[in-house]
Amino acid sequence: MPSETSLSSPLPRLRLSGESRTLLILAALALLAILLFLTLGVPRGAWEFALSFRAGKLAGLILVAFAIACATQLFHVATRNRILTPAIMGFDALYLMIQTSLVYVLGAMATLDLDPMVKYGVEVIVMMGFSTGLFLWLFAAKARDLHLLVLVGIIFGTLFRSLSGFISRMIDPNDFVVVQGAMFARFNAVEIDLLTVAAGLTALTLPLLWHMRHQFDVLALGRDVAIGLGLRYRPVMFVTFAMIGLLVSVSTALVGPVTFFGLLVTHLAYHLLPGARFAPTLAAGTLIAIVTLVGGQAIYEHVLGLQGTLSVIIDTLGGITFLYLLLKGARR
Amino acid sequence: MIEICNVSHEIQGAKILSGIDLRLPKGGITALIGPNGAGKSTLLSLIARLEKLQGGTIRVDGADVSQTATAELARKLSILRQDTQVAARLTVADLVGFGRYPHHKGRPGPEDHAQVEQALATMALTGLRDRFLDALSGGQRQRAFVAMVLAQDTDYVLLDEPLNNLDMKHAREMMQQLRRAAHELGKSFVVVIHDINFAAAYADHIVALKDGAVQAQGRPDEIVTRASLREIFDLDIEVETVAGHPFALHQITPSSHR
Repeated sequence: MPSETSLSSPLPRLRLSGESRTLLILAALALLAILLFLTLGVPRGAWEFALSFRAGKLAGLILVAFAIACATQLFHVATRNRILTPAIMGFDALYLMIQTSLVYVLGAMATLDLDPMVKYGVEVIVMMGFSTGLFLWLFAAKARDLHLLVLVGIIFGTLFRSLSGFISRMIDPNDFVVVQGAMFARFNAVEIDLLTVAAGLTALTLPLLWHMRHQFDVLALGRDVAIGLGLRYRPVMFVTFAMIGLLVSVSTALVGPVTFFGLLVTHLAYHLLPGARFAPTLAAGTLIAIVTLVGGQAIYEHVLGLQGTLSVIIDTLGGITFLYLLLKGARR
Repeated sequence: MIEICNVSHEIQGAKILSGIDLRLPKGGITALIGPNGAGKSTLLSLIARLEKLQGGTIRVDGADVSQTATAELARKLSILRQDTQVAARLTVADLVGFGRYPHHKGRPGPEDHAQVEQALATMALTGLRDRFLDALSGGQRQRAFVAMVLAQDTDYVLLDEPLNNLDMKHAREMMQQLRRAAHELGKSFVVVIHDINFAAAYADHIVALKDGAVQAQGRPDEIVTRASLREIFDLDIEVETVAGHPFALHQITPSSHR
């Protein structure tokens, strides 16, 4: 049993367990990545501008790091499978389809003129509707078959991608530029007005996650054991899937789809903290994501002077991880 | 007492249970026996609210399982299904610790730790406590799951084939531990058992299901007889008395006597 800190005992056990040591090291690395990102290659006399400019971007990257790590880990807990991610299940393809349809229906100018609050609000609601709908259909029904789940996900993903491809063919080529902007991950152009909304939405999930952290541990044991231990399975699953939908839309809205990134960071976290509970694993996954995203972006942008291809590298690494997991036969 | 009133259940149009009326006594071991597909596992799942009741009512100590809050039931009744798999990577001690979740909701106290230690010791797992579940043999894993259910410390414990994968030594030890818990601590066990001789030797009460209905129930010496076994299993089985227990020689046909 990991030591628990409650209000009645404000001091945790002083002995550092392997778990907290790993988390401290990761936190230090994340801090280092953040410092590098903020300070590398700032020209003399431009500190004020550079810092305020980079701070906004940094906030976006950290938000994305958390959203992806959290959505992937929640998905693993809920599906009891560690090789799927919301992205593989077509979640971010759906997000792109919403974008494309918006441009098609309203036109590029009107889409750009939309109040980001309203536009984003609608997107989040559709995403949450899809994920909870998927849950109701797949899990509340008798079929709790993993293979069915994977198959349905692949079909949905393909459907959404084809539909957005189809719609984008009918769009005015000038309007298509707007869609294209949303289609690729772009870590170097986080939009600040979106950032505020996304940060607000993500902040909503935090108290809920903290409150439910022990329930996620029980949920990971599977439906029958969880019910046997008194977990209200259906409401918990419902909330979990709603949160996944929200977090995926947060990260996709900010930087576009990143297919394998979540898989990469959560598996590194599982590897570093074998057998750990939900909360420490999530902390580790988020920190690893921050190190990868912020550190990688710092090196890319400020050292190598390149633009916007970090997602390709991350997806390549993530893809290799995915293949490795498949070959290892890790269905867990 | 577990009261089962007029319970029927079907899965995809196939009748699994029809009109079951049953009272399972409090305290002691009740063995559920019957051929494959008789509805034993379904009945256990229904009692433990893992499946939704389609018809009839089930009450555990007066609490209707379809009305009572699931967290409250988890402190009254625990269940271990057949072939339970856990996907998460867990150590034995962590798994058994989860048995205490209904009592501490994530903040274990000294009482919880004591219960976990006791459950580990009862199932002879103390030496394996830090092993990961995927590094255990099937029988060891089975004992770990039973230990989790014992740590839950409920009045009623439902076990679906707990002797699966166990060697002779651990099978006998498990039944002895269950009997000790039943008679010393007043626990009630409802156990699906395939080896009729374990039921005969350790159960206080046997319920035989066949084709989704109660075929027979009573004390072991009433159920484990040549006549009633023929009714239940459609099989002619010689029954001897060994050390005061009825003993079914089900492996051989009676005519092949030496």
